[in-house]
Amino acid sequence: MIPEIGHFALILALLVAFVQATMPMVGAHRGNQAWMAIARPAALTQFGLVAVAFGCLTQAYVTSDFSVLNVFQNSHTAKPLLYKISGVWGNHEGSLLLWVMILSLFGSAVALFGTNLPPGLRARVLGVQAMIALGFYLFMLLTSNPFERLSPVPLNGSDLNPLLQDPGLAFHPPMLYLGYVGFSMAFSFAIAALIEGRVDAAWARWVRPWALAAWCFLTAGITLGSWWAYYELGWGGWWFWDPVENASFMPWLAGTALLHSSTVVEKRDTLKGWTILLAIVTFSLSLLGTFLVRSGVLTSVHTFATDPARGIFILGLLIVVIGGSLALFAWRGPALVSTGVFQPISREGALLFNNLVMTTAAAAVLLGTLYPLLLDAIGGGKVSVGAPFFNAVFIPLMVPMIVAMAVGPLLSWKRADMKPALSRLWAAGGVMIVAMIAVWAVETDGPFMGIVGIGLAAWLFMGILSELAGRIRLLQGSLSESLSRLRRTPRAAWGMTLAHLGLAITIAGMTGAGAWKVESIQAMKPGDRVSVAGYDFVFDGARSGTGPNYSILSGTFRVLRDGQLVTMLYPEKRVYNVSQQPTTEAAIHTTFLGDLYAVVGDEDETGAFVTRLYFNPLVGWMWAGVLIMVFGGVLSLSDRRHRVGAPKKRGAGLAQAASA
Amino acid sequence: MKRKHKRLTFVVIALGLLGVAAGLVLSAFEENIVFFYSPTDIAENNVAEGRRIRLGGLVEEGSVKKAGGAVVNFRVTDLTTVIAVTYKGLLPDLFSEGQGVVAEGALQGGVFRADEVLAKHDETYMPPEVAEALKKSGKWKGPGESQGENRGKDNNK
Repeated sequence: MIPEIGHFALILALLVAFVQATMPMVGAHRGNQAWMAIARPAALTQFGLVAVAFGCLTQAYVTSDFSVLNVFQNSHTAKPLLYKISGVWGNHEGSLLLWVMILSLFGSAVALFGTNLPPGLRARVLGVQAMIALGFYLFMLLTSNPFERLSPVPLNGSDLNPLLQDPGLAFHPPMLYLGYVGFSMAFSFAIAALIEGRVDAAWARWVRPWALAAWCFLTAGITLGSWWAYYELGWGGWWFWDPVENASFMPWLAGTALLHSSTVVEKRDTLKGWTILLAIVTFSLSLLGTFLVRSGVLTSVHTFATDPARGIFILGLLIVVIGGSLALFAWRGPALVSTGVFQPISREGALLFNNLVMTTAAAAVLLGTLYPLLLDAIGGGKVSVGAPFFNAVFIPLMVPMIVAMAVGPLLSWKRADMKPALSRLWAAGGVMIVAMIAVWAVETDGPFMGIVGIGLAAWLFMGILSELAGRIRLLQGSLSESLSRLRRTPRAAWGMTLAHLGLAITIAGMTGAGAWKVESIQAMKPGDRVSVAGYDFVFDGARSGTGPNYSILSGTFRVLRDGQLVTMLYPEKRVYNVSQQPTTEAAIHTTFLGDLYAVVGDEDETGAFVTRLYFNPLVGWMWAGVLIMVFGGVLSLSDRRHRVGAPKKRGAGLAQAASA
Repeated sequence: MKRKHKRLTFVVIALGLLGVAAGLVLSAFEENIVFFYSPTDIAENNVAEGRRIRLGGLVEEGSVKKAGGAVVNFRVTDLTTVIAVTYKGLLPDLFSEGQGVVAEGALQGGVFRADEVLAKHDETYMPPEVAEALKKSGKWKGPGESQGENRGKDNNK
């Protein structure tokens, strides 16, 4: 009964979305207030209905109702409660339901808090949101109904893929989706602005927080996925340039560009058409990302079985959304007039440079990801494009951008001089050279990229600190003046500083993990000792045990440095009872300079175990750096300007007056 | 600088970046694209030794031999042709005899030396390339014909 309520709620949501997608649009076109006003209750109702559907599916999972096909396929009575709940979105149908629930949640946020948006803009934004939702409802109800029943009812389920029974991965999809869907807001605002033919600072003040929030979620989501791959796949790697990873990384690149260009629209009233285009591209890549994972067309290290029958619908949806919005842009885009002018050497110029590099990088990643599909489609044979390609293209593109990142914040708006900006970076340049020499002295035989990477990280880190020091006039006036300036620095500025510092730390971490990783694969018998990067790993044997729904083979390693015990490591190999699928649980000990990482494999006939031991330098810096980046984003989001100023009546009123 | 000139400056910078990117992409494509072969393709096409390729097929039943020191030897078949593979390292969790597998590496003296064996996340999953290789050799008997009935799990990463 309850699954039918969920199914019915979903059908009702489809109908409500249809009303929301049409009437407010027509109303806004004709200036009919009553029709426009429908958008608000419709958005709230739609969210209520999807929430009911989601609740029904969750109920089916928690109570293990195996008469629902989806629950049967992805759950089991013996599964811990956390994974029963995360199982709701750990599959195709459920994850679409989560996607559309987040979409309608954001829609109702606009309906509730957008009371001081111009009514026409609000009606159109909600209309566009409903159109996106409409596509998803149709897709779910026609091809991927989460409430499909099963008869006869099986006694137990076939369990969630054991690799997904992990806390990191339980929260990875919701985070990622909050990011993807967050960019739908920027998209809806962009389409609404195109229809209205007007983009102003008030518009940017609405779009920016949404893009920023989406960026924070997406950053956190990607990192959770990467962290999971690091400790769960047992290869000691954290990024594989795998199609599924690229699918989430492309919207991140475009979204980062959007974040920076929307600042320019807000502050300088220029780059409007470009920002609109970026909003469209970012959301299109988010859609592509959602579906690329699902279509089953790409071979990936993370591949999961999918149903190609859905491919046609997905392709159609993508063509309508991307093609339609780009056509609208081509038609209406030229009407957007930018008033602000600026010189190439200026803050705007630097932000535009960031945008160009980010979009070029996104395009290169897109090409590498889709190339195997294109080549296969024209009969050119089956190929795979792997990490070496992406590294060879992506890293050289990023180098000039990171160099410019330290300079950009020092340039003034509109028109700037390169000389004084560069003269303030002498400290950064000095630290960079010292860091590079130090790295070269320690790791003489290491790869060249290691020296470059650490040098860039040092340059960026010191460059950002120099900018901060200049902003608070450190050493130029009294200390108390500097401190009071520090206190008065708006949170948005702190957010930028922290996010950029976080990136510098992340770059150092990535460089370390990429350049100086030490790996050792061997068969070990109890008592054997292997030396990895100056640490001695002593294997003390393995024993069996049982977990809640799996059996365990647990290895024991003593890690010594100069005879002193550093840590004990207990890597596990688990075999899940229902699917008999094994998983690897790496044991990791994080130190300031790197991770000690151990994986244990099966026992062979001679009583030896295959083991993989790693020293992964600076990996902890990577995670810490990303945390700082996300914290910077959240801090910027909490800026007064967004709370008080975002839906500023005065700003909107002025904009209306200006356009009148 | 006039507005027109400024726009021109940006266009030149953008084109320059695109040019650099295109150059990088082309040179990287040249060196880093890895072609996919089935055992039969390798037998028929005289794949050059040392060229990096991907090999896909089924792990032949009874062929997996641990050679000590973490080295594993096994044979990959598309049920027409068989090729010997050697790999050093931990095999992915779902590697087993009779299952589909994708290995990356190069031929060396008639033996495929793999340095990466692709992990799958689902025991019911068959990499599309492997399915195709089996279909080509006419030995396909998998569940693929009735995709709608596929009870394989649809799991997101």
